[in-house]
Amino acid sequence: MSQSQPSQFRTPLSRARGLGSAQSGLKHWIKQRLTAMVALPLLVWLLYALVAHGVDSYATARAWVSAPQHAIPLLLALVLVFTHAALGLQVVIEDYIHKPLSKIILLVLNVLVAALAAFAGIFAVLRLSFGV
Amino acid sequence: MSQRPLSPHLQVWRWHVTMLSSILHRASGVALYGLALLAVGWLLALSMGPTTFAGVQTVLGSVLGKLILVAAGGAVGYHVTNGIRHLVWDAGHGFTPKVASMASWISLIMGVVGAAWVAGRVF
Ligand code: HEM
Repeated sequence: MSQSQPSQFRTPLSRARGLGSAQSGLKHWIKQRLTAMVALPLLVWLLYALVAHGVDSYATARAWVSAPQHAIPLLLALVLVFTHAALGLQVVIEDYIHKPLSKIILLVLNVLVAALAAFAGIFAVLRLSFGV
Repeated sequence: MSQRPLSPHLQVWRWHVTMLSSILHRASGVALYGLALLAVGWLLALSMGPTTFAGVQTVLGSVLGKLILVAAGGAVGYHVTNGIRHLVWDAGHGFTPKVASMASWISLIMGVVGAAWVAGRVF
């Protein structure tokens, strides 16, 4: 924790009470950018491959998802997109919802929904790939 | 906290396209969250077998389903273009009024292009 001049005499408790910086903003910001930058080429590839292949029936859709060149980027994209989405929606919630209880509930729900969705998606892709 | 002065809000500014492109990044991001959830639903249905998948495809083939897909095309086209613009900003470029307005229009146009492209495929 770097102590800048003005906060030199403030205890961590005093800063927390005044809702000062929790010193975690930069990490959030970098993660939002990194997930965006890595997801971008993945999504471009997946979209291109999806259109080139065409998924108009159960068989074609299944074949598409389970091919390694689609399944692996899909798995990675699921992790990145839901990380990016959860980080993003967190800021939206913090900006607009001010009642402490509602805010906490929504922040928890946000993480829960994003994590569940990512794992459900991963589960589905693996299940299709391994044919169970 | 509540006694602190507030900065002037929306109503004192003349409208400019950068305002629209700013809030649309947020709106398209939130919309994409919902769409990502739908995509997971599609994958799960596919993994459950032909019957479940057929049900989902029927919903997607309905007028409402098609409209959702068109909106998805718009949200992706907009958010990704404007997202790249955000990354360019982060690198320290693109802040002059002229470039900012032009980039706003480009993002908006890419949103329309995305929606139109999907519409052309599903309708
Ligand atoms: C389906 C995929 C995506 C979802 C669900 C999503 C969702 C979101 C959400 C909810 C936000 C927060 C908006 C706000 O705070 O106002 C956001 C911000 C952002 N997104 Fe995405 N996004 C996706 C894909 C992408 C991609 C591919 C890029 C790459 C260009 C990108 C670039 C960004 C950037 C740079 C921000 C930060 C903007 C800011 O700080 O205000 N996003 N996204």
